Amino acid sequence: MNFDFSEEDKSFRKEVIHFAESELLPHWNEEAVCWPGGYGTMPIFDAKYKEFCDDFLGKLGSRGWLSLSWPRVYGGRGSMMKHGIVQDVLGYFMAPNGNAATLMVAPTILKFGSDKMKEEWLSRIALGKHQFWMGYSEPNAGSDVRNVYTRAVKDGDHYIVNGEKVWASGAHLSDHAWLLVRTGEKDSGHQGLSLLIVDNHSEGITIRPVKNICGIYSFDEVFFNDVRVPQENLVGEEGKGFYYIMNALQYERVILSIGGFRRVMDELINFAKTKVLYGKPLSKHTIIRNKIAEMAIEVETLYGLYWRSIWQIDKGELSEVLLSALKLFSTELGQKIAGAGMEILGLYGQLERGSKWAPLRGWLSLGYLDSVSGPIGAGTSEIQRNIIATRGLGLPLH
Amino acid sequence: MDFALNEEQSILQKTVRGFMEKECPKSRVRQLLEDKDGNFPELWGKMAALGLLGVVFPAEYGGGDGTFMDLVILCEEIGRNLCPSPFLSTVVLGGLLILEAGNEAQKKQILGGISAGQTIVAVALTDVDESTEMDSVNTEAVFEKGEYAIHGTKVFVPYAHIADYILCVAKTKVGHDFNAGHNIFIVESKSPGITCTELKTLSRDRQFEVVFDNVRVPKENIIGQADRGWPILEKILKKAAIVLSAEMVGGADAVLDMALKYAKQRVQFGQKIGSFQSIQHHLANLWLDVTGCRHLVYKAAWKVDHGKGFAMDSAMAKARAGKAYRRATITGHQILGAVSFTWEHDMHLYHRNSIVEDLLLGDGDFQKEIVAKELGL
Repeated sequence: MNFDFSEEDKSFRKEVIHFAESELLPHWNEEAVCWPGGYGTMPIFDAKYKEFCDDFLGKLGSRGWLSLSWPRVYGGRGSMMKHGIVQDVLGYFMAPNGNAATLMVAPTILKFGSDKMKEEWLSRIALGKHQFWMGYSEPNAGSDVRNVYTRAVKDGDHYIVNGEKVWASGAHLSDHAWLLVRTGEKDSGHQGLSLLIVDNHSEGITIRPVKNICGIYSFDEVFFNDVRVPQENLVGEEGKGFYYIMNALQYERVILSIGGFRRVMDELINFAKTKVLYGKPLSKHTIIRNKIAEMAIEVETLYGLYWRSIWQIDKGELSEVLLSALKLFSTELGQKIAGAGMEILGLYGQLERGSKWAPLRGWLSLGYLDSVSGPIGAGTSEIQRNIIATRGLGLPLH
Repeated sequence: MDFALNEEQSILQKTVRGFMEKECPKSRVRQLLEDKDGNFPELWGKMAALGLLGVVFPAEYGGGDGTFMDLVILCEEIGRNLCPSPFLSTVVLGGLLILEAGNEAQKKQILGGISAGQTIVAVALTDVDESTEMDSVNTEAVFEKGEYAIHGTKVFVPYAHIADYILCVAKTKVGHDFNAGHNIFIVESKSPGITCTELKTLSRDRQFEVVFDNVRVPKENIIGQADRGWPILEKILKKAAIVLSAEMVGGADAVLDMALKYAKQRVQFGQKIGSFQSIQHHLANLWLDVTGCRHLVYKAAWKVDHGKGFAMDSAMAKARAGKAYRRATITGHQILGAVSFTWEHDMHLYHRNSIVEDLLLGDGDFQKEIVAKELGL
C-alpha cells in the first residue's frame, strides 16, 4: 500500500500550482465563488466568466492538460491520476479544469465513437475549443432517463429532432449539444435511445436561460423544432444511447472540485482564528474546534474515495459503485460543510456577496444555496444509493 | 498511490479470518463472554502458535517481524469475528509500550512470553475519578528506600485477574503539570497490596478495578526514563487507537454482512425486504461509512510504518470509526428488526462493542480536539 504520490506526480503538482498562481492570482481570488459539490456556481456555466473560462481552458489545452486521462495514442497521457491532480489544484483556486466536452464527451467518443468522429472532434476538444451541454433531462425525464421523449426521425441523411430539454447547464454558452434522443418507437424503452452531437446554432433551436436559486443563469430550457442533424453526428450506434450515457455518467462522477473542499476549510479556519467571541478567537472555542475537526475528517474521507476511484480507473477497473459513492459523499458533504460553515460565521453568514460586512466574499451564503443542487444533479443521492445497493451490494430490484 | 493489499497481507488476512471463523465461532465468543474465568487458554495458545501474538515483535523476541499494517489487518479480522481476549491490552498496549521504550532486559522478559502465549499483560491507565484514560493521573508513586511505593485506584484494567504483569501509570508528582512526572511501572501482578475487583461492562470484556495499596516496585521496572513516561504513553495510545479503529471497521463490516444477508432472504409484502428502497439506502449508507473509515485507518497505519507523523491520522480514524461502528449496529438492528433485539441473536454483541470501543482510548469528541490541535486551531 502507498498513500503517497510518485515523485513524478509531486513535481507535476508543483507545476500546476505554479501555473495556477501565475494565471489566477490575485484577481481571481476575489471573483471566485464556486461552491464545491454544487452545480449552480461553476464559472463555466456563468456568462459573466465565458471569456475567462474559454481563455483559461485554452491555456490548459495548449499544455495538454485537458486530455491527461486519454490514452496516449489519442494524444493523452494515460493518467487519470495527473488529471485528478489538476482537478485538485485548480479546484483549490476555484478555477475550471475542463468542461463537459473534455470531461464527458471526449471520453465517450474515445470509447464508442467511429474513427471519423474521433478524428473530427478529439484534437479540438483537447485544445479547449469546444463547450458542450448535456442534453439528457426533460420535463418528464429526470431520474427516469428512460422516459426521454425528444424524437429524432431519419430523413435522408439527416435526423429531424423535435422535443425539449431542461436543466441544460451552460447550454446558452455552448457551441454543441450532446443530445439523448429517441430514435426508436414510442414504447422502445431505453433501447430506443441514441446520442447525437448537435450544433447549437442549428435552425430550430431555442435556448431559454433559467435563473437558479443563487441568482445565476446556470442552466437552460432548450427547444428543438424540426432541427436537422447530419447522420454522421450519431455517436456510435443507434439504440445504444442509454448505454453510452451510463458510461459517460461514470466520468461525470469523478468531476468534482475536490480542491474546493480544502479551500473552504482553509478559509473557515482562517476566519475562526481571527474572529473573536467572548474575548478569544472562535478557534479556541470547543464547539467551533469540534465542528471544524468534524469537517476536516469528512474531507479526508472524501479524498480517500477520490484517490481510490482514480487509482482504480488507471488500473482499468472503473468501479461504478465507488464512483457513485464518490458523487454521493461529495455532494452531501458540500451541503454539510455549507451548513457548518454558516454556523461558524454566525449572523454574518446570511450576508450576500456585495453586502457590507459580508465575510468570505459572501461565499458561504451562496454555497448554502448552491449546495442544494449537489445531491440532486448528475444522479440524485437516492439514485446513487440505489446503485450502490443493487449494483454494488447485489440487493434485488423492487 | 496503491490501495491494494500485497500478497503477504492478503494471505495474512485470509489466514486470520479463517482461523477466527474456525476457532472462535459465535458459540465460543459467548462462552468467552459469559464464562467467569474467561476460559480462553486453549484459544490463546492457538493464536500464539499461529504467530498472531508476536506479529509485530522482532524475531529475537519470538515475534514475526511484522509491520504495524500487519497488526492492523489482523485486528480488523478480530473485530469482524469478535474474539474476547487480552489481545489489545497484552499485545497492543503492553507490547508496544515495552517495544517502544523498554530496555533489553524488559523486552527479553516480557515480549518473548507474549509471543509464546505465556504472558498476559494488563495496562492500568485510568484513575478512578477520571472519565477518559490519561485525564489526569492521581495514582502516586513515592520513591522511598530505593524503590517505589504505588498508591491509587485504577479502573478499566483489562484482564487484571489473569495478568502476569500490570503496567501501571503513576506519577511521582501528582497534581502538578499535567504532562510531567508520569512513570510506566511494570508491576508483577502477584505483588502484595494489589486488589482486583471485576467490573461488569456492556461488552463483557473482562475489565477490573485495581487498587494499589503501597505496592512496592523496583526502580528497574520503570519503562523508559523516570518521570518521562508521558511522550511514550501518548505515542502508544495513538497507535493503539489506530488498531482499535481497525477492529471497529471490521465489526461494522460484519454488521453490514449480517444485515445484507438478512435483507436478501427476509420476505415481507411478497418480496425480499432488500428490494425496498429504505432498506437499500440504509445498507448503501452503511457500506459507504465502512469504506470511508477503512481509508483513514489504513492511511494512519501506513504513516506509522513509514515513520511519518500520525497524530492527526490516528485521531481522524478513531473519531470516525467509532461513530461509524455505532451507526452500523443501530442500522443493523433496524434492518433485522425484532429478532435482533433478542439475546440469542448476535447483533447485540456488536452493538455492545460499538459503544464501548468508541469510548475506549478517547471517544470522538476527544479525538476531534486532537484534530483541532493538529489543524493549528
